[in-house]
Amino acid sequence: MNNREETLIPKLGVITDVRIDTPDVKTFRVVTPDGKKAFEHKPGQCAMLSIPGVGEAMFSITSSPTNTEFMEFSIKKCGCVTEWLHQAEVGQQITIRGPYGNPFPVDDAFKGQDLLFIAGGIGLAPLRSVINYCRHYRDNYGKIDIVYGSRSKDDLVDYDEIINEWVKDDGIDVHLTIDNEQEGWDGHVGFVPNYVKELGFDTNKTVIICGPPIMIKFTLQGLIEMGYDKTQVYTTMELRMKCGIGKCGRCNIGSKYVCKDGPVFRCDELEELPDEY
Amino acid sequence: MRKCSIQNLDAVFSKIAEEAKLYIPQDSEKGTDYKEWTDGAVLSNSLNTNRSPKDFFFPQTENLMEFKTSGKEIEIIDNRDEMEDFVVFGVRACDVKSFEILDRVFLVEPYDSYYANRREHGVIISMACTRPVETCFCQTFGIDAANPEGDIVCHKTENDVFFNAVTEKGNALMERLKGVTEDADSSEVDAQIEKTHEIMKKLPLANLTADKFGADKTNEFFDAPQWKELSQSCLGCGTCTFVCPTCQCYDIKDYNTGHGVIRFRCWDSCMYSDFTKMAHGNSRNSQLERFRQRFMHKLVYYPTNNDGLFSCVGCGRCLAKCPISMNIVKVMKTLGGKDNE
Amino acid sequence: MQKVTCDTLVAKACELLENGTVDRVLGWKNGEFVYDVTPALFTTVDDIKSEFVFNDFCGANFSKYLIEETRKTESKVLVFLKPCDTYSFNQLLTEHRFDREKVYAVGIPCEGMADITKVKAAAGDGITAIKAEGENLVISTLYDDDKAVACADVLAERCVVCKSKKHVAYDELLGEDGDVIDSNRFDEVEKLEAMTEDERFAFWQNELSRCIRCNACRDVCPACTCEKCVFDNPESSVVNKAISDSFEEKMFHIIRAFHVAGRCTDCGECSRVCPQNIPLHLLNRKFIKDINSFYGEYQAGAEAGSRAPLVDYTTEDIEPTDAVLKGASDNA
Repeated sequence: MNNREETLIPKLGVITDVRIDTPDVKTFRVVTPDGKKAFEHKPGQCAMLSIPGVGEAMFSITSSPTNTEFMEFSIKKCGCVTEWLHQAEVGQQITIRGPYGNPFPVDDAFKGQDLLFIAGGIGLAPLRSVINYCRHYRDNYGKIDIVYGSRSKDDLVDYDEIINEWVKDDGIDVHLTIDNEQEGWDGHVGFVPNYVKELGFDTNKTVIICGPPIMIKFTLQGLIEMGYDKTQVYTTMELRMKCGIGKCGRCNIGSKYVCKDGPVFRCDELEELPDEY
Repeated sequence: MRKCSIQNLDAVFSKIAEEAKLYIPQDSEKGTDYKEWTDGAVLSNSLNTNRSPKDFFFPQTENLMEFKTSGKEIEIIDNRDEMEDFVVFGVRACDVKSFEILDRVFLVEPYDSYYANRREHGVIISMACTRPVETCFCQTFGIDAANPEGDIVCHKTENDVFFNAVTEKGNALMERLKGVTEDADSSEVDAQIEKTHEIMKKLPLANLTADKFGADKTNEFFDAPQWKELSQSCLGCGTCTFVCPTCQCYDIKDYNTGHGVIRFRCWDSCMYSDFTKMAHGNSRNSQLERFRQRFMHKLVYYPTNNDGLFSCVGCGRCLAKCPISMNIVKVMKTLGGKDNE
Repeated sequence: MQKVTCDTLVAKACELLENGTVDRVLGWKNGEFVYDVTPALFTTVDDIKSEFVFNDFCGANFSKYLIEETRKTESKVLVFLKPCDTYSFNQLLTEHRFDREKVYAVGIPCEGMADITKVKAAAGDGITAIKAEGENLVISTLYDDDKAVACADVLAERCVVCKSKKHVAYDELLGEDGDVIDSNRFDEVEKLEAMTEDERFAFWQNELSRCIRCNACRDVCPACTCEKCVFDNPESSVVNKAISDSFEEKMFHIIRAFHVAGRCTDCGECSRVCPQNIPLHLLNRKFIKDINSFYGEYQAGAEAGSRAPLVDYTTEDIEPTDAVLKGASDNA
């Protein structure tokens, strides 16, 4: 019995690095106690992290699968598990299980396409895995545009990586924006949905979008007005989950389970679900 | 087919209990419940147990694992044991069907080893119904109360109990019961089945159909105006969920024992206000939405994912137990329209 | 058999709806089998005429529904209240849980409600019809001949020991009012008090171990009206879900009994709805008995606005230590 694998029983993980991204977002680097990656994953998949006695919660894996050494999780402080994690120091053990959910179709539908990533706030976290995967297999994809916005410059997640790596890549255009004017910011100011319209992209791109529900809603409306079809737009969802394997019933919407049928959905698939997310 | 007289049923029970824990429905002033058989225990004649036998495979709470922590270190203790064999006697046709519905959740990849362990070690001896009651509607879901499934299928007539082993597990157990049973032909059983079928036709819910519901009917029913009236007096308690043999939602919680942490799972209900609550909001804020979720899941979502199989077996427990007497039959009749009867 | 007929209630509901006194009616709606009536909100005369029902199975206490109902609109809702329901009604008013101005309360006499479990035990399974005839219920079943059962023999436990036929709150009364009854409702509590500590522990262990944590007792309880129950609050130290063999499980019922102490009117809804047939009302009734013996007779809900002994300090109050001793000696 004990040799039978049980998905609900996690592995041990160790936090080997904690990076402060924004006032309420930290990025945690996690490996197994013997220094290896806990498991392989695909861009957009999630993992269940827990601290015994505090609880378990699902997070998207923000590092790219092409990173062979460790996994990273960018986590915003907003509940008991995340609050506990934010106090954790390097060397702290946690538990980890996964990977869960469907990834973005990086190896089929995305191939050969121009990609437009649109993110707001912590919404960049799940997309970072995809962006870095596409950068790694650069020849498989066309032009890449990244539109990323947050409340202020200080709330931009992964700012160093964006400035030091992404913007320097050939064939990648990064368009940053913040909600309000701020000293020391000479970039664009304004909300993401409007900025996307201003930038006026060709409508042949595949769009990957993640952020607060209200941002997704208005951005999607804008894209449709620009001439995009919902079949070109992908997003990733977040709902309360407990098991991660489509059994506990918590993330059930219509006949879908976000943890196993999602979290990645194409927007036309989302439309077929009852409006409960 | 084998049989034994009702007077000698104790010998059968005793024989089974020699090698496995045996549970049979027993009466008390609190109603009927599965209890472990001990010498002198009397088999209940009643139709339904208070709690469904899903408890044997998916108990109200179960410990999943333990943790010990010291400083920054954590130890994960997998304390799963190999389950002992056990036998459940007297399971009704509706409840036997519920195991198939649960299997389709817990035994699909990635499968649930806790549930699987219990399923592998449990032997189901079913008992055909002879006296269905007004709250029965298993027929609606194509279940034949007089012809249950199970590892061994039993029929009780006036003087005898007939045993028919159906599965490998059932045959193995039946082999052990040879000394306390005798060969029998099926004529008495056939007559009994026919008699029960006649009664089934007279049940008040005999003509209830689920034809209006099923796979891919989400859009047809999701925004139905009747949900408001159906859910308006719902207390938001978990009675229907917990007495239901097919409800399988669960929660996973940590319990600090003072010496370590036990991670356990327990039944949960989509009727509860905190079921879908997250740190930053709730996707189903009203009782209407939560009520709708439960019935849509049974009548539409589950069938969509499971070849049209409904996630209700018509056992009638929710009809008997709901504090406000709201239930799936009223939902089906209201949403399905008058000709759904 | 109820003295007030369904027709009388239907006529009253239609009259008040038609003359504009109220714009909706809280009442009982017929079900599939006579006994499975559902609390419902009626808004049209047609619906009332076709679906409103009043019979021996209308046990549900509507008082708690008024909290949500009176928050919906400025207009009045009609509610039918049996004598015991009026105590819950008053208690909720005392706690300022709903706006009295938004309710039109019609008191209805009650001869006691039937317990379907007792009916089934008396007449057999497979009930197809139940008719009230005089002092009897005539029950038809799938398997036996029609059987006449005396209403008195199938009364719900809480009605057998009915504490009052008097309505303590109403705008209008149908039929005649009754009296407060000197009931023997504490007999069961005395039986528990007469047990040894071990026996009593075993009694509750047996009862509470059957609990499935469905929360029906809490959710139906007119005294459980917290906006957020402590058991639903993940920040609280007590949780709604616990390992079933831990003591935590018993805590739910014990804490709940303490929370409603002095406010519980003994309406008996908790035991009525329990799917596991746990006599939960006995926990509350013990508190009522103790409060009576420590502070003098007090009936929660008897008078709107009354101060319960537990929230009203007087210099004559029993010393807490004496209360503990007295409670212990009662239990000896």
